[in-house]
Amino acid sequence: MAAVREPLSPLDVARIRADFPVLLRRINGHPLVYLDNAASAQQPAAVIDAVAEYARGHHANVHRGVHTLSQEATALYEGAREKARHFVNAASTAEIVFVRGTTEAINLVAQSHGRARIAAGDEIVVSQLEHHSNIVPWQLLAAQTGARLSVVPIDRRGVVDYDAYRRLLGPRTRIVALAHVSNALGTVLPLAEYVGAARERGITTVVDGAQAVPHLPVDVQELGCDFYAFSAHKMYGPTGIGVLYGREAVLAAMPPWQGGGDMILTVSFQGSTWNHLPHRFEAGTPNVGGAVGLAAAIDYLERAGRARVAAHEQHLLDHATARLSAIDGLTLVGTAPVKSSLVSFAVEGVHPHDLGTVLDARGIAVRTGHHCAMPVMEFFGVPATTRASFGLYNTRDEVDALHDGLVDAIRMLR
Amino acid sequence: MDLRELYRDVIVDHNRSPRNRGRLPRATHHAEGNNPLCGDRLLLDVDVDGDVIRDLRFEGSGCAISTASASLMSEAVKGRSRTEAAALFDAVHGMLTGAGGAPERLGKLAALAGVAEFPARVKCATLAWHTLNAALAGSARPVTTE
Repeated sequence: MAAVREPLSPLDVARIRADFPVLLRRINGHPLVYLDNAASAQQPAAVIDAVAEYARGHHANVHRGVHTLSQEATALYEGAREKARHFVNAASTAEIVFVRGTTEAINLVAQSHGRARIAAGDEIVVSQLEHHSNIVPWQLLAAQTGARLSVVPIDRRGVVDYDAYRRLLGPRTRIVALAHVSNALGTVLPLAEYVGAARERGITTVVDGAQAVPHLPVDVQELGCDFYAFSAHKMYGPTGIGVLYGREAVLAAMPPWQGGGDMILTVSFQGSTWNHLPHRFEAGTPNVGGAVGLAAAIDYLERAGRARVAAHEQHLLDHATARLSAIDGLTLVGTAPVKSSLVSFAVEGVHPHDLGTVLDARGIAVRTGHHCAMPVMEFFGVPATTRASFGLYNTRDEVDALHDGLVDAIRMLR
Repeated sequence: MDLRELYRDVIVDHNRSPRNRGRLPRATHHAEGNNPLCGDRLLLDVDVDGDVIRDLRFEGSGCAISTASASLMSEAVKGRSRTEAAALFDAVHGMLTGAGGAPERLGKLAALAGVAEFPARVKCATLAWHTLNAALAGSARPVTTE
């Protein structure tokens, strides 16, 4: 982790809340209590305004025109790339590829690096707590190449079994793909160890960082991973934009993924030549407004102070864990010692969807369902869970509102 | 938004103590229904004698609305002809999707009327009915709400 040295004054949550216009909304007659941040976080005015300001005054296509607007748009787009580079401490902007989101990033790695690297009989290792977006692209790759997918088990707390992981790394293992933070359980992986063990054996490491970047400082050089992917909309930015970090030496050896404009240097009917990094992997007109929004979200998070945000969220997690554990018949699903700020749970005799509806009637937004992690649900023997995930604008009072809503729902339905 | 309209006493009761739960070993018709959005799964066994639905049982996991709907449906169609069951399907479907129904004709099934005010939950209530249709049609493919 990056050494963050900030004076740890508490986060001024009242001031933060005033930055998020949606928090003024009332839902079904109640103030909105937004606890679905792991699905998608809300945007502060700074992000909304930055995207609108770009559209109002600076929009044009990038890397093309000599005209002023095109130069402005290009400067904003490439400026966002530099912000993203700094955000994860990549060595160079050549290592920052803009994508639609984490899912697209992982598919890019699987189809470009993966298809070049993997042969029949090779192995790809994932953990049992992965999101579908870090399972299915590898299944597709395995089906295309004849490779095999191996799964590292988790224990009843939702902790990945490190010894089993090490045992799974064999002579045919080519790629390891792991979530930094589990979206369904909140488990935080001690990623540097996992990456280190793979790198010793020359195995490519791919990290799904979607649930990590909103909560923890990330330093890709310190982690030593080959790829790290994240989405803007989980960190208070817009949807439709994300980042694939790829180590330059690895990216440079990869064939193009999608073909089109911007990813080429020259095109003729005899053949084409590929553009430099990172543009080789950005075919077509990119989501410039999205990149501007991502940059604004990075600025916002850094101004709030990453360590201060983390401390606030840990406090919310501790409070939620204590209050919800005390509810009769409620079982927390995912009790790893190191967790990000979410609680996933099952209530005996009450289905998550009914909880979700009763909470919504009180203005409380939670996620109910399998969280795109059906293998996790299967492991814990539940069809679905209810998940409350916290962000920097959530408060202790909102955790209490969740508790009271759950108690009411149980009284009504059980 | 009145939750009591959704979770009426009849619904809560049928969720707590579902009627006709289980399997029918000698069923003539089966179907499986899935609601992939919530992971709900319903297995339905139906015993049809000529034109009459002699018995039916369901099993699976689901929310209060889907469980109560399956339970209420099992009571309503038992002993009815296929034609009567199809007419009930149409009436319930109309009521749930707001296309207009005649809740007074539906007896206990009218307890599901409140679901129409909660669009996110309509699929929970229709799952059992679509599964019954599939079973009676002899469809081998699982039904899905998506």
